[in-house]
Amino acid sequence: MRVPGIVFADEPLLREMDDKVYEQVTNVATLPGIVAASYAMPDAHWGYGFPIGGVAAFDAEQGGIISAGGVGFDISCGVRTLRTGLTLDETLAAQQPLADALFMHVPAGMGSRGRIVLNESEIDAMLAGGAQWAIERGWGEPADLERIEEHGRMGGAMASEVSAKARERQRAEMGTLGSGNHYVEVQVVREIFDARIAEGYGLREGEVVVSVHCGSRGLGHQIGTDFLRRMALAAGEYGLVLPDRELACAPIRSTVGEAYLGAMRAGINCALANRQIITHLLREIFARVLPQATLHVLYDVSHNTCKLETHEIDGRPRQLYVHRKGATRAFGPGHADLPTALQPFGQPVLIGGSMGTGSYVLAGTTRGESLAFSSSCHGAGRRMSRRQASKRWHGREVIDALARRGIVIRSHSNRGVAEEAPDAYKDVAAVVDAAHTAGLSAKVARLTPVMCIKG
Amino acid sequence: MTRNKTGADRVQAPAETESPAGKCGWEHFEHQADIGVRGYGPTREAAFEQAALALTAVLTEPALVAAREQVALSCQAPDDELLLVDWLNALVYEMGVRRMLFGRFTVRLTDHRLDAVVWGEAVNRAVHQPAVEVKGATYTALRVAREEGHWVAQCVVDV
Repeated sequence: MRVPGIVFADEPLLREMDDKVYEQVTNVATLPGIVAASYAMPDAHWGYGFPIGGVAAFDAEQGGIISAGGVGFDISCGVRTLRTGLTLDETLAAQQPLADALFMHVPAGMGSRGRIVLNESEIDAMLAGGAQWAIERGWGEPADLERIEEHGRMGGAMASEVSAKARERQRAEMGTLGSGNHYVEVQVVREIFDARIAEGYGLREGEVVVSVHCGSRGLGHQIGTDFLRRMALAAGEYGLVLPDRELACAPIRSTVGEAYLGAMRAGINCALANRQIITHLLREIFARVLPQATLHVLYDVSHNTCKLETHEIDGRPRQLYVHRKGATRAFGPGHADLPTALQPFGQPVLIGGSMGTGSYVLAGTTRGESLAFSSSCHGAGRRMSRRQASKRWHGREVIDALARRGIVIRSHSNRGVAEEAPDAYKDVAAVVDAAHTAGLSAKVARLTPVMCIKG
Repeated sequence: MTRNKTGADRVQAPAETESPAGKCGWEHFEHQADIGVRGYGPTREAAFEQAALALTAVLTEPALVAAREQVALSCQAPDDELLLVDWLNALVYEMGVRRMLFGRFTVRLTDHRLDAVVWGEAVNRAVHQPAVEVKGATYTALRVAREEGHWVAQCVVDV
């Protein structure tokens, strides 16, 4: 190991963590150019190569690497939360029609198609422009951009490094949710932990928000597939001795490394554009069903990225390539990349829980910078495999049990619901408490689900 | 195991058949966030075909997929293991762009080149109730080997 491995968790979370997490944290710590430590967030679980919930920063000037597995297949998968200004009672009055409209008009699940089909030049423009491109096409409002990481457009994207296959997979997938753990969820602000920051974020107890969890769809998945292979084949050429093929990576300063960086950044733009188009669909749906709602973006976070950031190491600022795989960037108050309105409070950190338990809004802290390159957890993290979950529960039973608690679920797949059963996930409250106690980010508000459209 | 009327509600049971050449089958193996797919058979070809069935079973019950259309696929890789990943990723790609599911597979291997014909049909969400999309095949738990008299082909797929 070139650096230590550091796992942020309390004792019960540590006991629940798969041994593979420690193995993967250790393996990442052996990679060239790694700086400070190989980190695992409190929701860490067994991934491929890097753990999910893993954070690692590399210095290009010290032979540092970039890894497609360290970003993951679903590039820039993330969460966007929108404030609605609605009360819970107003929303409950239209609970069924709203759930039906969301289910009908937000394309979700395998085999779904978006309303938008892009030609080659529009794909290029989307890959370069991200959410800014979507807004220029009429899918959103310019004010949305300041509430999105990178102001909605990741610089340095190289559309030319995105393969024909990746483009083909995306042609009819813009504005689609995907499947698995992706969702649109209508939530109520149930509890406020920090009144000052909640006020700054515009969150009030009893008000309703909508959260979207999805990523870069087929395009990002194919970029991951293409570059995992290229990196695995090129590793020997670059003199990289890897403990396992799944750690496939390339020096940042190499042909493959630079190509991946450009393609991955284009993948980030695809995810940002995708969540922007879904935001537009949500605004159309709410305008029809609950016209008194006004949807404002609280913030948009990405979970699976590698970003060039400046961090202070031993009192000296250094430019580092920070991999966050299933981890959220969590800039503290005053960070230059935050919009003016959020500067006093720190970056909103949006944590998606399971469809039965709830989600959290946290805020980036000053202390988080020195702990793990301003990073925090991203969700509850699975406690049980999909296979175990679908063996244990029936999708219909899960839907009925949640309905008895007032939570409406819509999904094309009962098995998909069973695999996402609330008890298949770790206790999100414990994960968030661990992140809060460690100082990675600070608790602001707890959200509980009112309805959930499963991908 | 309880099933809904389509049979696609719960996890798919592993399947095994026996031919004069030996046992063939597929199964899923545990991975905390994702799913492991494993095919086995008397030949490498059979193990690759069974791994493809295991991939389909991540999404739906393979028996529910009718062989209405055929698609020819080819891929080539420096070794057996990368070839398995390429094969599964070729299927993921075809499923994505054609909006199809596949339930029958014939694989021919010549060294590290694969030629296959696969049969399937367009996704029908009412019938197939696909649980998840597969994002891609990974190099985690990747193995193609001859073990105890039969070939095994396996890896974790990201969902």
